[in-house]
Amino acid sequence: VQEEDLKSNARPLALSGHVGFDSLPDQLVNKSTSQGFCFNILCIGETGIGKSTLMDTLFNTNFENFESSHFEPKVKLRAQTYDLQESNVRLKLTVVNTVGFGDQMNKQESYQHIVDYIDTQFESYLQEELKIKRSLHNYHDSRIHACLYFIAPSGHSLKSLDLVTMKKLDSKVNIIPVIAKADTISKSELHKFKIKIMSELVSNGVQIYQFPIDDETVAKINTAMNGHLPFAVVGSTEEVSIGNKMVKARQYPWGVVQVENENHCDFVKLREMLICVNMEDLREQTHTRHYELYRRCKLEEMGFRDTDPECKPVSLQQTYEEKRQEFVGELQRREEEMRQTFVQRVKEKEAELKDAERELQGKFEQLKRMHAEEKSKLEEKRRSLEEEMSVFSKRKAATELLQAQAFNTSTNNKKDKDRKK
Amino acid sequence: MQTIEHPLPCLSESDTQGIIKGRDLFGYVGIEAVLDQMRRKTMKAGFEFNIMVVGQSGLGKSTLVNTLFKSKVSRKSCTPNYEEKISKTVHLQSVSHIIEEKGVKMKLTVIDTPGFGDQINNENCWEPIVKYVNEQYEKYLKEELNVNRKRRIPDTRVHCCVYFLPATGHWLRPIDVEFMRRLGKIVSIVPVIAKADTLTLEERLEFKQRIRQDLQANGIRVYPQKEYDEDAEDRILNDKIRENIPFAVVGTDKEHQVNGNKVLGRKTKWGIIEVENVAHCEFALLRDLLIRSHLQDLKDVTHNIHYETYRVKRLNESNANGLALSPLTLENGTLEKSDAESHL
Repeated sequence: VQEEDLKSNARPLALSGHVGFDSLPDQLVNKSTSQGFCFNILCIGETGIGKSTLMDTLFNTNFENFESSHFEPKVKLRAQTYDLQESNVRLKLTVVNTVGFGDQMNKQESYQHIVDYIDTQFESYLQEELKIKRSLHNYHDSRIHACLYFIAPSGHSLKSLDLVTMKKLDSKVNIIPVIAKADTISKSELHKFKIKIMSELVSNGVQIYQFPIDDETVAKINTAMNGHLPFAVVGSTEEVSIGNKMVKARQYPWGVVQVENENHCDFVKLREMLICVNMEDLREQTHTRHYELYRRCKLEEMGFRDTDPECKPVSLQQTYEEKRQEFVGELQRREEEMRQTFVQRVKEKEAELKDAERELQGKFEQLKRMHAEEKSKLEEKRRSLEEEMSVFSKRKAATELLQAQAFNTSTNNKKDKDRKK
Repeated sequence: MQTIEHPLPCLSESDTQGIIKGRDLFGYVGIEAVLDQMRRKTMKAGFEFNIMVVGQSGLGKSTLVNTLFKSKVSRKSCTPNYEEKISKTVHLQSVSHIIEEKGVKMKLTVIDTPGFGDQINNENCWEPIVKYVNEQYEKYLKEELNVNRKRRIPDTRVHCCVYFLPATGHWLRPIDVEFMRRLGKIVSIVPVIAKADTLTLEERLEFKQRIRQDLQANGIRVYPQKEYDEDAEDRILNDKIRENIPFAVVGTDKEHQVNGNKVLGRKTKWGIIEVENVAHCEFALLRDLLIRSHLQDLKDVTHNIHYETYRVKRLNESNANGLALSPLTLENGTLEKSDAESHL
């Protein structure tokens, strides 16, 4: 398809000498080298299945991980970024590990966080792409380019959690299933196990990443490798001496499993495919297939279309303008509504307060009346009391007068008596 | 080295952790194989390159393009079969060819501008050209904004505009200044002195100096623009090129025998001007710049700078009245009006 695009309305022309544009791929590659590459791997697997060890082994370094607990309430994702350099190639590698996958009692929501994480990375790229002032060529691409799904080496079949998770992810990311801790399976069991896994994936419609076979240079090796999926891997950062060399291996009492021995496990195949042969294709697929799908779905969700109902092409601009008008209109309407509600409430409150005031006023009047009544009653009583008091004091005065008179008279009588004697 | 727990926003430069350098890789990983992978993919996809030539007729534009790409890319207007039309306006003609060299396929489009500067009244003769350049940006922008978009957006944007200056030996003419000033803002201009075999070496040097002075005095930016040098290495390389701008070129498609070798050259009564001889003219420098060393850079500058500038302008135009709200923040119900990063 790409070649057709190139050839449209252009005639081929023969060159009569060396022009020099054969240096173009080199010019392009030099630019990329100076900018550096980004590669992001997501490792999904149960706790303790060997994700971190495999990453250490794959990239021949120590990523300083610590063991996770088995008691995580929810599946979390932990992302770590590293700047690796080999000769003049700088790679910004991000390894995202799931924490607590498969540990919960109820695993129904396990895959959701992973899906959300992948979508978030697509979302931030989309946001950057839609910005007015953007800098895409400086952007740190955090989209997941490859997802290594670690299958437990039970030797029987895939777990239902595996199937459900992979089904949810296969349209969002390049899935590369690997059988972890493959040194626990014997060769014959492994063969049967691989066949069982692949047939289960096919019958459940899970689309895993296929190594591309359209480029002649790598078609042969990729086709061969496609037949070995899923890779049975063993990871180890410890070295054991075999013969006179130090090799990465796991030492058991009954023998030594050499990581880089193709008879022992498929580690070398995984490294070949993931890094040496198809890293660029993984990045390209992520961008041109998975990201475009996300973008298309997201934009359609928001109501953007390329053609309106009459099948005339509609520009994003137009749709955006319409949406903006819609939104602004909606906003204004809501504002109006809120204002109305507010005014209404104020009125109600006012009425309430008025009622309360009136009530209070009424009570006050009543109290006042009562008070006045009491006061007048009191006045009456006081008056009557005063009257009584005045009557009493008059009587008292009169009585005293009488008494005084009586005494006087008796004293006079006595005097008279005395004189008479 | 930090550990970030989900939810994870976009990782910015400040989140970079753990610089593990090559010596910490305990052994072979194979990362450098990615360079070959890239090379393979780009060779399979092929390249596109669009070059525009502008200048009065008779300055040797077609001949130069043919010499650059060693093939009959353009039809020369001096051939007897060419229909001479005295066009009242500048009209642009674009012709595409596929050329291949050592497995590298390139779709080369040459945009010619017959009629430029040929009228008596040349006012606004740059307008059709400006319109064309912007039309190509618009086409690309439209495709990029589609919901369903092509895997590979066809690139018809002008990556390089070669402007031909007549070898008067004096200064830039008003038409030169006007054109380069306007076009220099939207496309990468490479000015050349055409038919430079009419200038002696001293005259050439002086002419070039005068032109450079004129360019600076009028604020005209030509390729490679100083502002876009990425690092010190780039700057040193580009400074050397800037010292030689504009290149004094001679074009031809005829070969002659010189000292027992077949060379491209113009034969005159007083000698043979060897086009690819750096002592005679600077054609080789131009070719090296345009094709062998800076072709990808020309495309990158067009895509990352000129196109982005057009896009910003265009998207701001449609937001001219009102808030610039992202339809994406619409969903969260938050109104984020940020001036620094306004979204669509």
